[in-house]
Amino acid sequence: MLRNWTQRITLTDIIVWIIGLAILVGVVVGSITTLQIGKYSADNWIDLTISGLALGGVYALIALGYTLVYGILRMINFAHSEVFMSGPFTATFAAEALIALGLWDTHPILSFVIVLGVAALVSAVIALLLERIAYRPLRTAPRLVPLITAIGASFFLQYTFRGLYGSGLKAFPTQEILKGFWMIGTIRIFKTQAVAILGAVIMMLILYWIVQKTKLGKAMRSVSEDKEVAALMGIDVDKTIASTFAMGGVAAGVGGILYLLLFPVAHFFMGFFPGLKAFTAAVLGGIGNVPGAFLGAMLLGLLESIGPNLFLDGLGIPTPSQLKDAIAFTILVFILIFRPTGILGEKLTQAKA
Amino acid sequence: MAVLLVKGVTKRFSGLEALSKIDLEVQEKSIHSIIGPNGAGKTTLFNCITGFYTPEEGGILLDGKNITALSPDRVTKLGISRTYQNIRLFKNMTSVENILVGMHPHLKSGLIGGIVHDPATRREEQKAVEEAKRLLQFVGLRGKGDMMSKNLSYGDQRRLEIARALASRPKVLLLDEPTAGMNPSETQEMVHFIRQLRDELKITIALIEHQMRVVMSISDMITVLDFGVKIAEGTSLQIQKNPKVIEAYLGRGAASGLGENTSQAAVPA
Amino acid sequence: MQTQSPFPWKQVVSAGLIGGGVAVLLSLVGIVTAFNERYIVSGLFTMGQVLFLAPALLFANSTIRRIAPQPAPKIILAGAISGLSSAVVLAILTILGNLINLRIMFVNSSPELFEMLTFGQEYTAGILILLGLGLLLGGITGGVFLLPSKIRNAVVQAAIWILMIGLLRDMIVTVSYRWGPLAAVIKYFFAVSGLTLTGTIILSLLIGGLYYWRSGKTKPSVPSAQQTPLKRLLTLAGAAAVLLLLPPVLGTYFSEILDNVGMYILMGLGLNIVVGFAGLLDLGYVAFFAIGAYTMGVLTSPELGFYNMTYWEALPFALIACVVSGAILGLPVLKMRGDYLAIVTLGFGEIVRLLALSDWLRPWLGGTQGIQRIAQPRIGPYLLESQQELYYMFLVGIGIVAFIAWRLKDSRIGRAWMALREDEDVAVAMGINHVGTKLLAFATGALFSGLAGTIFAAKLTSVYPHSMNFLVSINVLSLIIIGGMGSIPGVFVGALVLIGSPELLREFAEFRYLAYGALLVVMMLTRPEGLWPEERRRLELHEVTDPALAAISKSKAEIESPQKAG
Repeated sequence: MLRNWTQRITLTDIIVWIIGLAILVGVVVGSITTLQIGKYSADNWIDLTISGLALGGVYALIALGYTLVYGILRMINFAHSEVFMSGPFTATFAAEALIALGLWDTHPILSFVIVLGVAALVSAVIALLLERIAYRPLRTAPRLVPLITAIGASFFLQYTFRGLYGSGLKAFPTQEILKGFWMIGTIRIFKTQAVAILGAVIMMLILYWIVQKTKLGKAMRSVSEDKEVAALMGIDVDKTIASTFAMGGVAAGVGGILYLLLFPVAHFFMGFFPGLKAFTAAVLGGIGNVPGAFLGAMLLGLLESIGPNLFLDGLGIPTPSQLKDAIAFTILVFILIFRPTGILGEKLTQAKA
Repeated sequence: MAVLLVKGVTKRFSGLEALSKIDLEVQEKSIHSIIGPNGAGKTTLFNCITGFYTPEEGGILLDGKNITALSPDRVTKLGISRTYQNIRLFKNMTSVENILVGMHPHLKSGLIGGIVHDPATRREEQKAVEEAKRLLQFVGLRGKGDMMSKNLSYGDQRRLEIARALASRPKVLLLDEPTAGMNPSETQEMVHFIRQLRDELKITIALIEHQMRVVMSISDMITVLDFGVKIAEGTSLQIQKNPKVIEAYLGRGAASGLGENTSQAAVPA
Repeated sequence: MQTQSPFPWKQVVSAGLIGGGVAVLLSLVGIVTAFNERYIVSGLFTMGQVLFLAPALLFANSTIRRIAPQPAPKIILAGAISGLSSAVVLAILTILGNLINLRIMFVNSSPELFEMLTFGQEYTAGILILLGLGLLLGGITGGVFLLPSKIRNAVVQAAIWILMIGLLRDMIVTVSYRWGPLAAVIKYFFAVSGLTLTGTIILSLLIGGLYYWRSGKTKPSVPSAQQTPLKRLLTLAGAAAVLLLLPPVLGTYFSEILDNVGMYILMGLGLNIVVGFAGLLDLGYVAFFAIGAYTMGVLTSPELGFYNMTYWEALPFALIACVVSGAILGLPVLKMRGDYLAIVTLGFGEIVRLLALSDWLRPWLGGTQGIQRIAQPRIGPYLLESQQELYYMFLVGIGIVAFIAWRLKDSRIGRAWMALREDEDVAVAMGINHVGTKLLAFATGALFSGLAGTIFAAKLTSVYPHSMNFLVSINVLSLIIIGGMGSIPGVFVGALVLIGSPELLREFAEFRYLAYGALLVVMMLTRPEGLWPEERRRLELHEVTDPALAAISKSKAEIESPQKAG
């Protein structure tokens, strides 16, 4: 194995390693400095951690869509961010209707379930339409083509929803029952955050169970291993792929509602950044890998939440929160350069001669 | 004199041994066939020789020089060229362009030359195109230089791939199933052509082949692999009589897809 | 011969329903109402109406094509049924809109929309008209299909041209008004909005007649490669003359549009090398544009107080900065495959934008306010500052860049790029140094984009980080894909169509990205080689003229039929 390395390390590898190391050093130095200065109290850090976990939970549900589709089709569903957006954006109207009907606060659980249902349904439908219209005909096309189609579809969906629902921001109403926070010892956790974390965990467990234990899950796994062999064994490949997209859609829709709990504003562009970050999370954990998506998402959520204050502040960067997106993108770039198989790793097969 | 020497090469893929301690000597200017049932490791061996894979154990020498862990482009520059089982031409480029890419290491012009078209660059391009056309003619594709390679017939594509491989002026040419998918008359042409390659261009040829008739008629030496292990080596007469070879093929039955041909392997020519 | 296939009800109706769905989508998204002010034929029909009726026609047409050949009455019936089905869907929307207030959710389901859908008539009458029109237009589609191909071609082409001319009425009229005698002629053809009826009739006869006459003389298109050198020179000279005279002819407003188009052509030519030649999908291309613009800004603006160079002094630095950053940004992505490469470059583009926007780098880059008072190029006593003057900057830039791209395409490095694009493993095995070659692609692309950035900065005399966003990269990507990946003329076509249209048709600007997205998807599904693919001419050449092809198709047939080996 060593002979692999010594013969093939090139100058470019060295340069990239140096840049990477420099960034790492910057992060460590910044963190140490911030902690030494003690600008933030323990409570601050705990608040940030909880936000990070809640955010991570949401990212996990979106990441699931990316990772499942990648596992089964070996393509990045660039338009998944719009799948994520469509459900919750539509569900805000449902929420408003429920308020008008007086059900929003009198029957909070029912209302919440309805809103979840609407979001999951719409997102799933969009995902299915995407698969059927834009991706299925291109399954055998050279790599670049489906990717461009996905990008086109992403924009199309974004601006279609902008045309349908308007370009403005739509506030997502918070239920009375979810206002305020709980205290666990000295730790303060907002009710919305609790629901987000809990919801994400439950959803992930359900989906993990489906993938591992059900017939559909088995079909999904065999199709992702080898499409042709799965077809020979009698598996309906088209239906399995469609189901995968639907599952990703449902997860994204639910994740969307949880996201609206944390950031109660819906708009046509709301999918872009969370989508990219969720993709980063999926890759971070190991793309094609369900537990990996969860792990990566949690990590990313934490880093995004704590990061700006932890390492950027220490380096003397003013208004570090401006750069929190940059942190996510830097992680993305890092992971894809240094360890594209992610933390939990998954074999990325490469076709050889 | 062995121009290509493979010693004790072992290649593993996550625990599975695709090749186990393979020894191979390809004599200069010979035609050396490598045969074996599907999955025996033949293409993996080619991949190791050309530098796509690096073997876990063992070494490969070209004219005495150690090429074991060299990258594919270095191996090509040292004189080994290959064609591929699934024909990997540059589909959206013309025949001539495909061959010109093959000549890449022998051409010198760079970015500036490409833009400015100084006399040296122009001359080099002109000579290259002439040579490419000569190669086209040699492989029987005269006049098809400006056709998109994806529009060529199957047989022509195989020929073009060989022309492209020849463009880098190799010492050793590795052909991976050159007659796959061809009918008997085309196969005959290819056999004739391979002999021509060796006789006229004086290069060494190693080929992976499934059609026994082809193997038996042109090989100076045959190596048989099964499950990544060398099970026999010798001339065509020796191999045909070798019980281990017969067992390896017949024992597999229909799955190997060689049903029709094994009868020929079992019966002495 | 009595076996007549049953009427394909399901196929026809479902196609019509989908067509109706598309029309409903167009309506709800707002594009139908947006275009309602613009008449194609004055007093007769508007672009808005075209938009909600066209899907019915198009889907009827595609169904007819799929079920053909069929006896004539069946064709017309199929068209009519399909059209009717589409109209039914629209009618359902109208009825729904009448019953409930759709506007709470769908902001564009305005009274204006429903007025359009009922053709300004009272409710039930309007719906009946809608249904009738669907039936009628569908039937007409069938009828057109049945026409002999020469006439059909003429009719369709005439219709398309009328549509385009009607849409471009503003540009044609404004330009012609600058030239007295022309204005009188134009006034005859155009009304306040759209074409006049008489004008339409005359034009359609003219255009239709022209196409009819041309299709009568079927001659295989003479490939320009075989044109005599003199002919080529004349064509080039003619084109050059036109290009040089455009700004004074068209005036300031359109020169502004040309400037934008020119900027995107410059960037497109660069990205065409990265994506089209080398196959590296760079989604962060705007980063180089930004680096070029910002370098120019930092070096020439007196505001930041660093340097006070002139445009020309700063230009080489800006270009070098771009080349270097192209190489640096290219380094880490060398080993990545298509999908990942795209995402990482997107990440880079965003990082650059966020850095430019940040407070951290404000002292150097101006933060959210950007940089003002950037220098403009000065040639001798002339300061190039107006749209028209800068047009010539763009023109020269495009000329140089296009020339470089054209030369590189047929060179050793061009082939190396294409080989990497087609099959990287094999290309590397053939001795192509993928590191250097890829970096060269990135660097060249960055150079072109940066050049565009510097001219942009000079033109606006300022740069803002907000204008350096992902959408710019998408603009460039869309135009090279739709124009034709890897094709140099394609870049020009793509830019004119994609960048020009939203400028010329203001209503369109809001739906620009919707259209881009839809176009990208549709193109990938139906014509991935783009509108003006480079390869096409070579292909056409050989498919028509090569006698060897006959022999080839013969042996191909031989291979296809399984033969026993041995």
